[in-house]
Amino acid sequence: MSLVPMTIAADDSPADEKLRKPVLARFARPALGLIVPLVLALGWELAVRTGLTDGRLVPPPSVIYATFADLAASGDLQRHALATLTRVAAGFGLGVVIGTVLGAITGYSSLISRLLDPTLQALRAIPSIAWVPLFILWLGIFEASKITLIAVGVFFPVYLGVMGAVMSVDRKIVEVGRAFRLTGPQMVRRILLPAVLPSYIIALRSGLGLGWMFVVAAEFMGASEGLGYLLVDGQQMGKPAQIVAAIVAFAVVGKATDWIIVAVSAPFLRWEDRFARHEGP
Amino acid sequence: MLALERVGKTYPNGVHALEGVSFSVALGEIIAIVGGSGCGKSTLLRAISGLDTASQGRVLLDGAAVTAPHEKIGIVFQEPRLLPWLSVADNVGFGLQDRPKAEREERVERALRRVGLADKAGAWPRELSGGQAQRVAIARALVPQPEVLLLDEPFSALDAMTRADLQDHLLDLWADTRPTLILVTHDVDEAIVLADRIMVMRPRPGRIFSTIKADIARPRNRQSADFDRIKNEVLAALDHSLVDDRSKRDAPRGADGHRAAAAL
Repeated sequence: MSLVPMTIAADDSPADEKLRKPVLARFARPALGLIVPLVLALGWELAVRTGLTDGRLVPPPSVIYATFADLAASGDLQRHALATLTRVAAGFGLGVVIGTVLGAITGYSSLISRLLDPTLQALRAIPSIAWVPLFILWLGIFEASKITLIAVGVFFPVYLGVMGAVMSVDRKIVEVGRAFRLTGPQMVRRILLPAVLPSYIIALRSGLGLGWMFVVAAEFMGASEGLGYLLVDGQQMGKPAQIVAAIVAFAVVGKATDWIIVAVSAPFLRWEDRFARHEGP
Repeated sequence: MLALERVGKTYPNGVHALEGVSFSVALGEIIAIVGGSGCGKSTLLRAISGLDTASQGRVLLDGAAVTAPHEKIGIVFQEPRLLPWLSVADNVGFGLQDRPKAEREERVERALRRVGLADKAGAWPRELSGGQAQRVAIARALVPQPEVLLLDEPFSALDAMTRADLQDHLLDLWADTRPTLILVTHDVDEAIVLADRIMVMRPRPGRIFSTIKADIARPRNRQSADFDRIKNEVLAALDHSLVDDRSKRDAPRGADGHRAAAAL
């Protein structure tokens, strides 16, 4: 409730009349996108407050906020978020390592590519959730099966991204390395790694996105903690506000981890001539 | 001294690109290789560079066979081929990684000043014009002080004004340490402005058709009578090389055809 009028007030506040044009230019477009969700949230809040609806199954923003605050105050939210984050980190790490190694060698050697790639592509065609019963039989119902499922989800985009990136390294640039008599390891460090880095970062980001998707599936399999557990618990106990609070937590943590990848890689990608940098006013 | 002994190249797919090329080049000499497209100019240059190896004959630098890229042989390609993730200064210093940092920085700075791009040291390659990028590529190849610098149509992608400017610039740089220059070009004027000797190649398989000495004092005037005389000589040789090739293709059972078949 308190957030909504403030934002609207800031939009047409006369205080920044002088700065109006540049500020408008910078914020007008994102602000435009906020109008629909804000109006919907405010409308729903008013509908519940005025008794038009009881809001039992679709809680109003104030109730969601209160649930979120309660969960955070008791430390539950942090505990569940940490459990989920740990699973994603372990599965992501595993998937990235295997995906990078296999992607690099299949991209580098056409023989190994012909040997391995058809099998991997066939496995990729299987919807990863279909593995769940097997993973539970093989690895039990605890962490190992969950982390494996996440790793499988992360593996494929990373594998495909690295293989494509290594295969498309400019032969002419590699020849510059040869002309300067680089050894194998020097060639990797000074030519191949920087050349594949931009596509690698994109592969990591799509891998991470799938990791977040699969952690939910993994926690649906049966978990005693984690944000996915909060979802299941909210459903079984009939607490829709808890479900939405967990969804918001997923969005925040997922976006934050993606932002970490972008922020860490940004200094290494300053050289890139991306049209996005020059786009727009 | 660089010497070629009956260098030939047959690609794995059976294309006979080069046959029996022999010549030697003194230190500090400038050679231009001209010829129609597909006459093996670039193949020859790549064999000298060690990026490709000759399938027949040998390339010798100071008596030792060149079979792989050599520290005393530098190369400038048709495109600048700068590494986009390194600054201009780091591109120029690419071949000096094993030197101490202070020495590297000093040599890079001197080279950039020499090519007139000292103010671009921190720029990214994408911020350079085509001519500036090729100047950086030349600086990168010259900074390790090679004895032989190979240039594969280095100015062909540039406009005429920039090209003339870079030709003068190249001579200017060459005068510093006087390495051997071997320049592949399809621009006859460029060959005569730069070279001491002009080798005309002829195709199928590529070989030296004739060698013309350009004994004009430097700096050379593109409008002088001497320049025209040598230009006419080179153009006549080029014409002959192509006419010969055409008549040979019309009569594939000729003496040359047998010889090529035997060489295969």
